[in-house]
Amino acid sequence: MPADNHDHEHGHGHGHFHPVNFDPTATEPDRYAAQPQRGRAYRIGIGGPVGSGKTALVAALCRALGDELNLAVVTNDIYTTEDADFLRRAGVLDADRIEAVQTGACPHTAIRDDITANLDAVEQLEERFPGLDLVIIESGGDNLTAVFSRGLADSQVFVVDVAGGDKVPRKGGPGVTTADLLVINKIDIAHLVGADLDVMTSDAHRMRGELPVIAQSLVETPDAPAVADWVRSVLPVAAA
Amino acid sequence: MDVLSLLLADSRFPGGGHVHSGGLEEAVARGLVTSERDLPPFLSGRLRGAGELAAVFAAAAAHAAARGVRSGYWLLLDAELDARTPSLAQREASRAQGRGTARAGRVAWPSPVLAGLLAATPRPHHPVILGALAGIAGTPPRDAARAAAYLAVSGPASAAVRLLGLDPLSVNAIVAALAGDLEAVAARAAASAGAEPADLPAPGAPALDLLAEAHVRQHKKKEVRLFAS
Repeated sequence: MPADNHDHEHGHGHGHFHPVNFDPTATEPDRYAAQPQRGRAYRIGIGGPVGSGKTALVAALCRALGDELNLAVVTNDIYTTEDADFLRRAGVLDADRIEAVQTGACPHTAIRDDITANLDAVEQLEERFPGLDLVIIESGGDNLTAVFSRGLADSQVFVVDVAGGDKVPRKGGPGVTTADLLVINKIDIAHLVGADLDVMTSDAHRMRGELPVIAQSLVETPDAPAVADWVRSVLPVAAA
Repeated sequence: MDVLSLLLADSRFPGGGHVHSGGLEEAVARGLVTSERDLPPFLSGRLRGAGELAAVFAAAAAHAAARGVRSGYWLLLDAELDARTPSLAQREASRAQGRGTARAGRVAWPSPVLAGLLAATPRPHHPVILGALAGIAGTPPRDAARAAAYLAVSGPASAAVRLLGLDPLSVNAIVAALAGDLEAVAARAAASAGAEPADLPAPGAPALDLLAEAHVRQHKKKEVRLFAS
């Protein structure tokens, strides 16, 4: 019996609380047996500044792709369970298809310099759901230099929004310039925040050359159809 | 000290160590560590408890890997470390870092000994895999022990900088001041490296066990913890 459940259990009879679990059967022998090698799921990283709409985009992609793909999500919010809870509440994906990673107060490290915790989360999902097609890894909100390691994500989306300022694409940084897809989010409120959408998209194209840019509003198109189409186009095999 | 032990002890080694605070985050949350003044006793205690235990098992694993091991040895060593780690949360934290170190090790230093270890225990304890990698490469048990002991304090020290905004220069000086203690821990661990797993020393730190358990419990209660341990 795990220690954290101990205070809710009354079965062991002597009526007090053990802060440490001394039950040697709780994990021994190690419950992680060697796993057979399987083909692994395609991994898409979704990064971008705090509040740009990464989690809302993940939820939209789950709605759009959940019926045609076997998919799962890893969240890296610095407040750890916040994003996972949002996705669970949104009901777009079974709760056990979502893993939350703790990043040690360094979200960019967890997706770039030391991807161990994220790889562990992906592998746990792959073991739990054999035949997984796609794992979406959402980074914690970070700065314009935070990109995913190619060892973690096969391709990556960088999400900015009009409220973050229309100069963001011009500022560049690896997120804006090198991500496989740049999403400019919340275009429905551009006029309210004084953002010039034409400037943003033309700056984005200028900074990114041939790489694609999608401007969208999840209020107007809640299932993010353009981004979902892009996801279908990068998957190694056509969706079933 | 060779390059391999430098790599294993480097905070930039991609083995997942950066998401563990060694109980420091829980100590900070409880107001037990609030300033630079509180850090030396915390780190000193951590070195003498978790650090010494890690050093003992890293040295034993290095000794064994260098000499070739009998069938069943790795499972036995791993189980003996389980037996010396009363907190489930600490066992999980050790195995998480062990798995991360094994993943990095398979890419950088593939070998039949490593494959044998991971076939027996795919999520080995961190000191076991660290010591094994060292021993396979011919690094002496004492160097493996020093690396393990150093990691037991450098991780929490880095967490203190991130969580409390302490001056990194002062924190570095606090870690540097532990040099003599670190060397002593490494020397003691090397001296017991050839012992049977069951006869290895069993230093412990009950307060760290309690902090580790509380850390996980608080995280699940939504008082969020940024570190995994």
